[in-house]
Amino acid sequence: MRKSATAASPHIHDGSSTKRIMLDVIIALVPASITATVFFGPAVLLLTAATIAAAVLFDWGFRRIFKRDVSNIFDLSVVVSALIMVLGIPSNTSLWLSILAAGVAIVVVKHVAKRLLGGAGRSMFNPALIGHIVVTELTAYGTSYPTPMSWLESSSYFGADAMASATPLQLLADGNMLPSLWQLFLGLHGGTMGETSILALLIGAGYLVWRRVISPAIPLAYIGTTILVVTLAGHDPLLHLLSGSLVFVAFFMATDYATSPINLKGKILFGIGCGLITVLIRLYGSTTEGVTVALLVMNTLVIFIDRLTLPKALNHR
Amino acid sequence: MSGIRKLAVKIRGGAKVSHHKSTAESESVKMPAPPLVILPMQQHIGAPCQPAVKVGDNVAVGQVVGKCDAFISAPIHATVSGTVKAISPCKFADGIEVDAIYIESDGKNILHSGIKRPDVKSLEDFLQAVQQSGIVGMGGAGFPLHAKLALKGNARVDTLVINAAECEPYITSDYREIMENYTDILAGIEWVMKYIGMDNCIIGIEDNKPSAIALLASEIVKQGMHRRVSVTELPSRYPYGAERMIVQAATGRTIPLGGLPSDVGVSVLNVSTISALNRYLDTGMPLIQKRITVDGGAIANPQNVIVPIGTPIRDIVSFCGGYVEEPEKVITGGPMMGIAQHNDEAPILKRYNAILCISAKETFTPEAKPCIRCGRCVETCPMNLTPINIERYTERGNTNMLKRFNVSGCIECGSCAYVCPVKRPLVQHMRDGKQVERRAAAINA
Repeated sequence: MRKSATAASPHIHDGSSTKRIMLDVIIALVPASITATVFFGPAVLLLTAATIAAAVLFDWGFRRIFKRDVSNIFDLSVVVSALIMVLGIPSNTSLWLSILAAGVAIVVVKHVAKRLLGGAGRSMFNPALIGHIVVTELTAYGTSYPTPMSWLESSSYFGADAMASATPLQLLADGNMLPSLWQLFLGLHGGTMGETSILALLIGAGYLVWRRVISPAIPLAYIGTTILVVTLAGHDPLLHLLSGSLVFVAFFMATDYATSPINLKGKILFGIGCGLITVLIRLYGSTTEGVTVALLVMNTLVIFIDRLTLPKALNHR
Repeated sequence: MSGIRKLAVKIRGGAKVSHHKSTAESESVKMPAPPLVILPMQQHIGAPCQPAVKVGDNVAVGQVVGKCDAFISAPIHATVSGTVKAISPCKFADGIEVDAIYIESDGKNILHSGIKRPDVKSLEDFLQAVQQSGIVGMGGAGFPLHAKLALKGNARVDTLVINAAECEPYITSDYREIMENYTDILAGIEWVMKYIGMDNCIIGIEDNKPSAIALLASEIVKQGMHRRVSVTELPSRYPYGAERMIVQAATGRTIPLGGLPSDVGVSVLNVSTISALNRYLDTGMPLIQKRITVDGGAIANPQNVIVPIGTPIRDIVSFCGGYVEEPEKVITGGPMMGIAQHNDEAPILKRYNAILCISAKETFTPEAKPCIRCGRCVETCPMNLTPINIERYTERGNTNMLKRFNVSGCIECGSCAYVCPVKRPLVQHMRDGKQVERRAAAINA
């Protein structure tokens, strides 16, 4: 025989890959994408497709210009970042703003900040989160949202003149009438494209946990803390769970590998921290949502949480 | 069923590996003596042996051909009868070079005249007999058996754990040992418990081998040993067969980091080791042959064969019908911890239990893609280490951080690299990290 390969053990592998993990996240977001399209019209599809295409192009362009490795451009991680970002913005966002946000997310956060802040393999902030902030916090798009199903009555299917409405949390802050809990659960209320249907999100989240792509520790700690503190403060926990982007962010953004802790204890701590900040902002802050700031703050603390929760080696004397 | 004990502690982490134990139900076949055997003078952990024969000498089966006065060493015996053709260096895949005795077989398998049943009346007799048997730990490490048993003199050891977990994929040689030689196993346990003075014995077997569990459990009862000997069913999860894991799972005792099983009053022996011990005490025939699982996608007839130690791998391969395709790797041991040999000319050593001729599609090539921080290595590590950190500080040569992340605690089981989605060569990095730490310690000392 010819010379046999002499690589170090182990000689077998479970077949997992980044591409497969990212594909699973995309699959998990299919239900939310469908509800988004049904509730907010075909504009969603256009916005999503254009933003993802732009993000991939930005990634490829950056790698080509700065002579970086282009071999893992097909691992779908950029597609996932762009998809999560786009589902986290309202459907009436202008196409150009969405593409700009994707550019910021991919080029500034994923490539530049990674080298400036994080070092090997990690950027401090979740690119999808930064893209979301560019759209919702820096422009007027974060203040009014299209009303579900209103695109049907609109003269244009792309819904530019669809009726606008506030999110349940905004309604709550203004002391207005709220949709029923069922409506909230199914997602028939104002909000960003992907966050409204808790049902669709939970189907996707269940798939990710079943596929072991994410550990349920962060979302459970996050949502659990939020519900607990809201209840203790005398507010309706179900309302906080079912409205706003809590579930979407907890399962799909807070679990981002690069920007969350690696071990179980750290994940729980991270989730609790996210929950506490979210509640503080929701109950006492000037904005109604709170999740973006919570995640942003906790992202910066990941490096310390990892250090604090270093697991003790088994059998350590 | 009586005789089956519950798991004391469930170990954390570990990987769900596919079993591939297709050779489990094929009865072992004894392979005839090959034309040439190669006996390296180091087949164990410890001091290498010196050749006790000269080129041109006639040797008989069971005759001592290599010996050493050092305590941690094991004599090497001729495994065929014939003529010593050469004594020349032989290089292992792990880079070690030692002298090897090449014996040309005369095909007659004449037994050495000195072989007789050892007379054992005391602990000293017993340990001396064990030393002369040439038996080393057959789970893979190859620690001389007599040294393992004698070291217990100062520490109080009350429990014998028999490792029959066989958690590595493909390998079924320990399973066949149980099915074919269970009487030797139980008798061997009696010997060790009697002379070393242990109170109880736990045999750990993974639950993917229900017939072995049932057989041993019923035989223990039949022979009236059930008060002191029991079987513990381990989950089929890699690496339950690792020494630390099986001690933890079977006894609930935790071996301290950097410690030995004897630190917690336990002695761990592989099931094939204890069986070989009884055969020696019964017949006086030293360790000259081994049961080897021959498997992998490139082999024509996967099976268990009993071969003379020193048989070149290629002779065993042709006995098993040759290759059906060019193997990508020839591995001695299991696919998780085994060593990929340079080629198929290497001889079978005492500590080997399998030859895997793996086809290209069964194995994989590590890549150097950046870590995505998925945390699977941390989740999987049975020692509760953080391979992700160790790898980073190995690359930077940071000994302080390596110490802090307990690189020396790594048992190199390979679970982390098995589950890594970007296929980083984590085990290689752990080994390098240990080297870095050791070198720094040597400089500071």
